[in-house]
Amino acid sequence: MFNEMSGSDGKLRDPYAGIAEWLESSGVDLLNRRSEEAEAIFRRIGITFAVYGEGGDPERLIPFDLIPRVFAAAEWRRLDRGIRQRARALNAFLYDVYHRGEILRAGIVPAHLVYRNSAFLPEMMGVKPPGRVYSHIVGIDIVRTGADDFQVLEDNCRTPSGVSYMLENREIMMRMFPELFDGGGVEPVDDYPDALRKTLEEVAPPACKGDPTCVVMTPGPLNSAYYEHSFLADLMGVELVEPQDLFVDDGLVWMRTTRGPQRVDVIYRRIDDDYIDPLSFRPDSLLGVPGLFDAYRAGGVTLCSAPGAGVADDKAIYTFVPDMIRFYLGEKPILDNVPTWRCAETDSCKYVLEHLDELVVKEVHGSGGYGMLIGPKATKEECEAYAKRILADPSDFIAQPTLDLSATPTISGGVVSPRHVDFRPYCLVGQEMRLVPGGLTRVALREGSLVVNSSQGGGVKDTWVLSE
Amino acid sequence: MLSRTAENLFWMGRYIERAESTARLMEMGQRMAMLPGAGERDEWRSVVTSCGSAHHFDKAERISEVAAARALVLDGDNPSSIRACLSAARANGKAVRTALTREMWESLNDGWRKLESVDPGAQSLRRELPELLDWTKRRANLLRGAAETSMLRNDGWDFMRIGGFLERADMILRLLDVKYFVLLPETDVVGGGRDHHQWTSVLHATSATRAFHHVYRGDYAPWQITDFLLLNRAFPRSLSHCYRQTLGHLEHIERRYGARHPCHDTALAMVERLESAGMGELFKQGLHEFVSDALAVTARLSREIKEAYHF
Repeated sequence: MFNEMSGSDGKLRDPYAGIAEWLESSGVDLLNRRSEEAEAIFRRIGITFAVYGEGGDPERLIPFDLIPRVFAAAEWRRLDRGIRQRARALNAFLYDVYHRGEILRAGIVPAHLVYRNSAFLPEMMGVKPPGRVYSHIVGIDIVRTGADDFQVLEDNCRTPSGVSYMLENREIMMRMFPELFDGGGVEPVDDYPDALRKTLEEVAPPACKGDPTCVVMTPGPLNSAYYEHSFLADLMGVELVEPQDLFVDDGLVWMRTTRGPQRVDVIYRRIDDDYIDPLSFRPDSLLGVPGLFDAYRAGGVTLCSAPGAGVADDKAIYTFVPDMIRFYLGEKPILDNVPTWRCAETDSCKYVLEHLDELVVKEVHGSGGYGMLIGPKATKEECEAYAKRILADPSDFIAQPTLDLSATPTISGGVVSPRHVDFRPYCLVGQEMRLVPGGLTRVALREGSLVVNSSQGGGVKDTWVLSE
Repeated sequence: MLSRTAENLFWMGRYIERAESTARLMEMGQRMAMLPGAGERDEWRSVVTSCGSAHHFDKAERISEVAAARALVLDGDNPSSIRACLSAARANGKAVRTALTREMWESLNDGWRKLESVDPGAQSLRRELPELLDWTKRRANLLRGAAETSMLRNDGWDFMRIGGFLERADMILRLLDVKYFVLLPETDVVGGGRDHHQWTSVLHATSATRAFHHVYRGDYAPWQITDFLLLNRAFPRSLSHCYRQTLGHLEHIERRYGARHPCHDTALAMVERLESAGMGELFKQGLHEFVSDALAVTARLSREIKEAYHF
């Protein structure tokens, strides 16, 4: 296991020098006390995510760990280039599959993986979104397995969540431990909302003549990420709308206001494709704005992300992203994928079934850490049951080696010990590309656990990029 | 602003005010129940009636303090209860998080589930009740204070305040609707200690005893109390003050949007009526008739505001 603070050889790594000193001088008791204070603050501010139907408090906190996760400036430079490269390639891929499909014709990505994909929207064929951008906020999940080994675990091209934690975690750290930030050694992240607003304004539709009006669209207060939706709208100074606040008239989108209807140009929607427009997609949807998709296609409004953007972040497509980088950009991938076996391929499937006890197997369309098999942690019976599921529909599964995720110091059960982490930066794509130096670090709070998802007991940390 | 946002702010203002009014009425009930003869008068019925919750009780039943407290403070299913009002205020606030400042949200969110876990047992509830009522008033004061010092004075502020003042006006009128008979001029003749307490209880329900003395000094007389609660412009819970404030906020919105609606005329007509009328006139016209009429006007005004701003 690579320990980000003490390396593989137990020697303190440079980026963590300040943290080590701070831990030493604070002592565990103080840190424990401060942890409780932080929790009280989070709850009062209402930074919660909603969990319904499980009894108990419906509004839960994501556990916050006080000890920051640190990247050196040089580490970040490489990540930054790799992330931007990947976001460019993913958007190029989306433009391609909704137009000529060159990458499919060239035989690099199998056509059926795209055209039969449930996230592929035939209605989007030939539609040209402003700036050719489909995924305006690309969340790329990255894991680390060694000093120089960063690998991409997953891409999120639709509406990746969690960025509010990046911002709030930093706020709370600055409030509780101002001394840590003395001298400005940590790159700030608080210009993210500004960057997001600029990104949205840059992709205003052709029908917009003056200053674009941008809004955030939420399914409503019952949605698990509602806090984040309202938080972002608030920091950008734009309206937070629900679908019922909007209507389409004469190919344009309007919101109902106390002064009558007002034009809307750009919608950062935090609602899935299926639910944005009952006329075009799910007729049974109670959410959605009738006619929205037609208005979008006709250039009356911009939707961020574009409908159908999800076809690029599917786990089966993921395995081809390095090929996309070479194909569209003519570059060598800066960040590697995790080696992945596609069970759709007979030889790979055979290998996976023979090595189930060493591998992590995932459903191609799954998310949130649900429905996966962690071979080394599974019983024989669980492996056998999972093998049957794979055989029933091999193309539904991919497998990866069990990654030895890096660990960083974390407060757990009153003491500081290493826990596994991953990382999600948020790359903004408009006419320009913007990436704030930071992101969301998720941490598996249980000892030895590799599952960092908040729905399964993961927590979050502040993430530092040290300045040059 | 979004019509839904305006509506949520309006209702947030109303619900917070209603929670506070209910707490004050409960305090009035406690005082009156301590007076001699309280047993025969069924004092708690006037409290639950003022709160619009009389239908939760059997007509023949004598309502106890504990029963009233369970219904008006703890019962989450009674939309007029303090618990329901606070949680509705928070739900309305949560739906418009972006229109609230962080201080306002924190004051709505902090301790919002407290009333769920209060022990409804008779003994402990009676013991806890004064503190719970104080706590409720503090919640309302905290939110209003946070708004006062942190909220932009935009149309959202106007809608929130209008909701609060309409609810407060409504509460004064509902209280007088239930209690008018103890305040009629002929009760003057009766005099005596018990009536004195009946009158002052109405003042207590509006936290107005001291304010009343500052204005009138001397003795209580029913017409003075009614004058104070309806017509005194300086008293912040009087009908006159509530309507003047409502009109002021409606006029802000009118100037901002450049449009006048029927709600403006309705509010203006009521303000003029309250300013020109002396108490003598109101009594001549009939206190009860006036109160019923003002309740109807207030309900109409609320409807007209919704229509004007597309709620």
